[in-house]
Amino acid sequence: MVHLAQLARIDLTTDELDLYVGQLSVILDSVASVSAVTTANPGVEPTTHAAGLTNVYRPDVLVPGLSREAALAGAPATQDGRFRVPQILGEQE
Amino acid sequence: MSTETLSGTDLTRQTASALASAIADGMVSAVEVTQAHLDRIGDVDGAVHAFLHVSADSALDQARTVDGARSAGRQLASPLAGVPLALKDIVVQQGSPATAGSAILRGWMPPYHATVTRRLLDAGVVILGKTNLDEFAMGSSTENSAYGPSLNPWDLGRIPGGSGGGSAAALAAYEAPLAIGTDTGGSIRQPAALTGTVGAKPTYGGVSRYGVIALASSLDQVGPCARTVLDTALLHEVIAGHDPRDSTSINAPVPRVVDAVRRGVADGVRGMKIGVVKQLGGKGYQAGVLESFDAAVASLIEAGAEIVEVSCPNFEYALAAYYLILPSECSSNLARFDAMRYGLRVDDIATGAEPVSAEAVMSATRDAGFGAEVKRRVILGTYALSAGYYDAYYGSALKVRTLIRQDFEKAYAAADVLISPASPVTAFALGEKVDDPMAMYLNDLATIPGSLAGIPAMSVPCGIASDTSLPVGLQVMAPALGEERMYQVAAAFEADYVRRFGGIVADGAPELAVAR
Repeated sequence: MVHLAQLARIDLTTDELDLYVGQLSVILDSVASVSAVTTANPGVEPTTHAAGLTNVYRPDVLVPGLSREAALAGAPATQDGRFRVPQILGEQE
Repeated sequence: MSTETLSGTDLTRQTASALASAIADGMVSAVEVTQAHLDRIGDVDGAVHAFLHVSADSALDQARTVDGARSAGRQLASPLAGVPLALKDIVVQQGSPATAGSAILRGWMPPYHATVTRRLLDAGVVILGKTNLDEFAMGSSTENSAYGPSLNPWDLGRIPGGSGGGSAAALAAYEAPLAIGTDTGGSIRQPAALTGTVGAKPTYGGVSRYGVIALASSLDQVGPCARTVLDTALLHEVIAGHDPRDSTSINAPVPRVVDAVRRGVADGVRGMKIGVVKQLGGKGYQAGVLESFDAAVASLIEAGAEIVEVSCPNFEYALAAYYLILPSECSSNLARFDAMRYGLRVDDIATGAEPVSAEAVMSATRDAGFGAEVKRRVILGTYALSAGYYDAYYGSALKVRTLIRQDFEKAYAAADVLISPASPVTAFALGEKVDDPMAMYLNDLATIPGSLAGIPAMSVPCGIASDTSLPVGLQVMAPALGEERMYQVAAAFEADYVRRFGGIVADGAPELAVAR
């Protein structure tokens, strides 16, 4: 659970971890029936998408996008017309 | 209702189509109509809490534009020009804050319009404000909103359904005659059922999702909501249609749903084959809901429809498949809330000498900014997609989805449309299910199969449950792109209901106390 929370990038408190462990096991027990169904129906193809669309192409032409000011307007922090973010790489990277 | 009688009556009690013709005929101005609804919001929204944000100034500006066009003798932009609408706060509108019901987006101002917003404004529809929802549309009651729940105008101790409970409550409280919802597993249809209003989920891809904050991309669909089937159809035609900015949008003509409604009213359902889905009823369904549904079936038989029972055995596994597919997709979609480009950032983290990493900031921000249900689903999805579990969970769920589609195909070989209750229960009490995620998930029992198959489905009110005295919704489902027959049946049913009971279900909602 701690590992999953790390993968999901959510810094859960101990109380939250305790609560979710119980709730998620109830949910997982109730959804586990899907694997029995697929075992009983071999050869069924997965459906990833309701409409069965194929690739959609568009002409490669330039269209106006957001201005720099508009794109940065909702940012938590900016500097010199750019997003300002915390350190991404560690000392050794 | 004749437009001559409009002046002096309460404008908020009118249908969108009546308001639109009155505006077009100069019986009333769009500004008067808009102001009447803003006043109504001021009077009752303190109790209902349908709205997260009311844009009075921009709404009145939009109304003045419509009035200006009319007095200049120009043709009005659409059959709904000047009519006010409530927009679910998951669809972005430039100049109006968008939260998706989440604390992580508190105060965020979107820098562009969603295609749906653009189409509404181009059509002269007046956007009153943004309505409440479960956080990122995850929930069936609006209790997962970071801004507090909306309440059901039929009983303020109960929830209005979800996730689009704010939009449905706004309609039932006569705060707006039109609303926009989004439906991933039932978020338009279940609130419609619980509030005695109408809501339609179009075929997957029928309405553009550009500018709609994504939950589960293989399921999400935007749709129209109103108090009558005709109003819903008029709004459907305004928002539907191909959009090059949404690669999943269907490039085909928009179904002629307004004509279909007129056909339904004129010709009824005589000779149509209507399938009752055996698996969408019985265990798990409230007695009063089943009683209302049976009465609806009886009235359809009386109106000349041929009722056939159809069996869809794999629907039994729909809920399980859905609660694997949805968390998987949402865990991926919500990765965009990384505290870097917009929204909340929590960076006052004590780490001693080490500089705070972007990853630590992201994790702290998501813990502070996401509510419990969002965290549960993101973690569940992360698990279902992880190596070693993918085949058993996500992979199997996708195969169940195929089996459900095949069940629908067989059913539509025997019937033109399928019907069921839209929700297994009527509106439940605030707090009743909030601590039990599985009990909450069961609210989507009837709506999820249609979502997984991507077919159009709608809820139309079919009466009041005798055991709770609360509204019940009839779900009408059609094959992909079969919106016309869906609306025809819903309109025929509604017209028959009005003939028998003297009005629509929403007319029976109790008067709300007015706060002045």
